[in-house]
Amino acid sequence: MDIPSKLRKYIAIKKKISLFFSLLVILIYFSFILLIGFNPSILILSINNSSLTYGIIFGLSIICLSIILTLIYTLISNFYLDKMKDNS
Amino acid sequence: MESNFFASIIFLGFVFTTLAITYFASKKTNTKENYYAAGEKVSGFQNGLAIAGDYMSAASFLGISGLVYLSGFDGLIYSIGFLVGWPIILFLIAEKLKNLGKFTFADVTTIRLKQSKVRILSSIATLITVLFYLIAQMVGAGALIQILFDLPYELAIWIVGILMIIYVSFGGMIATTWVQIIKAFLLIFGATFLSYLVLKDFSFSLSNLLDEAVKIHDSGRSILFPGKLINDPISAISLGIALIFGTAGLPHILMRFFTVPDAKSARVSAFYATTLIGYFYILTFIIGFGAIVFLSNNSVYFDEQGTLIGSNNMAAIHLSHAVGGDIFLGFISAVAFATILAVVSGLTLAGASAVGRDLYVYVFNKGNVNEKKEIKVSKLSSVLIGIIAIFLGIIFEGQNVAFMVGLAFAIAASTNFPVLFLSINWKYLTTNGAYYGGMLGLVFTVLLVILGPTIWVDIFQFENPIFPYKYPALFSVTFSFLSIVIISKLDKNNNSKDNRDRFSKMINKAYLGKK
Repeated sequence: MDIPSKLRKYIAIKKKISLFFSLLVILIYFSFILLIGFNPSILILSINNSSLTYGIIFGLSIICLSIILTLIYTLISNFYLDKMKDNS
Repeated sequence: MESNFFASIIFLGFVFTTLAITYFASKKTNTKENYYAAGEKVSGFQNGLAIAGDYMSAASFLGISGLVYLSGFDGLIYSIGFLVGWPIILFLIAEKLKNLGKFTFADVTTIRLKQSKVRILSSIATLITVLFYLIAQMVGAGALIQILFDLPYELAIWIVGILMIIYVSFGGMIATTWVQIIKAFLLIFGATFLSYLVLKDFSFSLSNLLDEAVKIHDSGRSILFPGKLINDPISAISLGIALIFGTAGLPHILMRFFTVPDAKSARVSAFYATTLIGYFYILTFIIGFGAIVFLSNNSVYFDEQGTLIGSNNMAAIHLSHAVGGDIFLGFISAVAFATILAVVSGLTLAGASAVGRDLYVYVFNKGNVNEKKEIKVSKLSSVLIGIIAIFLGIIFEGQNVAFMVGLAFAIAASTNFPVLFLSINWKYLTTNGAYYGGMLGLVFTVLLVILGPTIWVDIFQFENPIFPYKYPALFSVTFSFLSIVIISKLDKNNNSKDNRDRFSKMINKAYLGKK
């Protein structure tokens, strides 16, 4: 089935963006998991001798980053990609 | 007990409201669109709340805060894993699922593959996932309600079972969605207020709270580090894979994306779900550390052996009493009860759809069934699944059922996810590849769990496990992908023109929607 080249371009961009965001999340998450598995001593270090360790900061940041990345993806799709699709 | 009275009032209010909604919903469940997908009229925000409701089970609320209470940082590893599946669902699955499917995820996997074989696989995997998840929830529910409301275990199971049957069989997806939305709202509100009460004593500084917890906890500073839970890289990676891809393969979660009108709302609902679930897990972390600080030196919450009354999973419940008194304890108890009820309803609906639609319509009758009959069979299946869940819940009383949630996630990650992912992304997938490869993956996963430490050693009492790891996902997910790919490659029509045409047609629809 043939579709207009503009739409083909839209699909290609959309694919790349989804892939990029997914790999980013997987990279961040597995670097955390691999640190726990291979080198937990980095996560034990604390900031200014308080009880806030790098592990806890890293962990809570992953949660916040997940939310921020989904927000960015949603905004890009809603305000940019959807228009590109509808205009072609 | 005063708290019992408040808990009962709040819980009865929840039951009354949800039953009223079910009554109004029941007038509309005569069409497939309404019964399975709430007429596709759920908004992105509402569905985000409902997904969060479906996903934030009592196991995550009580289990993870209990785990943080027990071992601190290790609890965080779980919450992050449970959350990270969500961005992945948004980026890779949510929109395509909505554009391609109607009511169950097998609608998507069968677009270019043969109906009966792939539906058999999906429905078996769905039913196994749903049943194990249900048993774990039911047993947990019985034990929890026993403690919270002083009700006998069996009576508690019957109450949960009968209410969920009523919601699902009469109210279908419309009632189930509203049960989830109300419950999500109550749970988020309860957890927020509980965290507020904890943090206000520490001038809202997480660092101050952690300092105090380190002083009080027996293990001292080590609660801030990764501990016993995961001590080797393989287990760490394997758990990560199970949590990410398992979430993306849970049938009751995937089904929620069909309740919104279009791909844009599916995307928006995944965003709201991620935000709510992420926020909720940050709260469980605060609640767990709060429990260390407020409960540890307070003997009323411990039995003679020095363990928390009703196990570590009760940490959040006791904390609500310690910081909020009887009324707040009643509120949190009622919320916990409502949480269980909502999660089992979502599971039952997913199971009923697998039987009524995938098996009855497409496998046994090759798609030739009228709408009335299909809905009737789905409703009957929900009653049947409910009754099975009640009986299994009673049989497994007091048993160690923790492995069942792990098994459900492992099967979802190793069977549902690979088939779904490859069917929308890999041109050369064939029916035989999906069917035989997926079946092999399913059997392999179950085998690894049985031969692993949780069943072989803990339940069968053998000295050493045959498969050494608690989390099989790294091996089982890899095995499933490989077997599906190899069998598809061996299939002689994997590169036929027909197969390629169907794929490119599907891809266009996946990105552009139904026009």
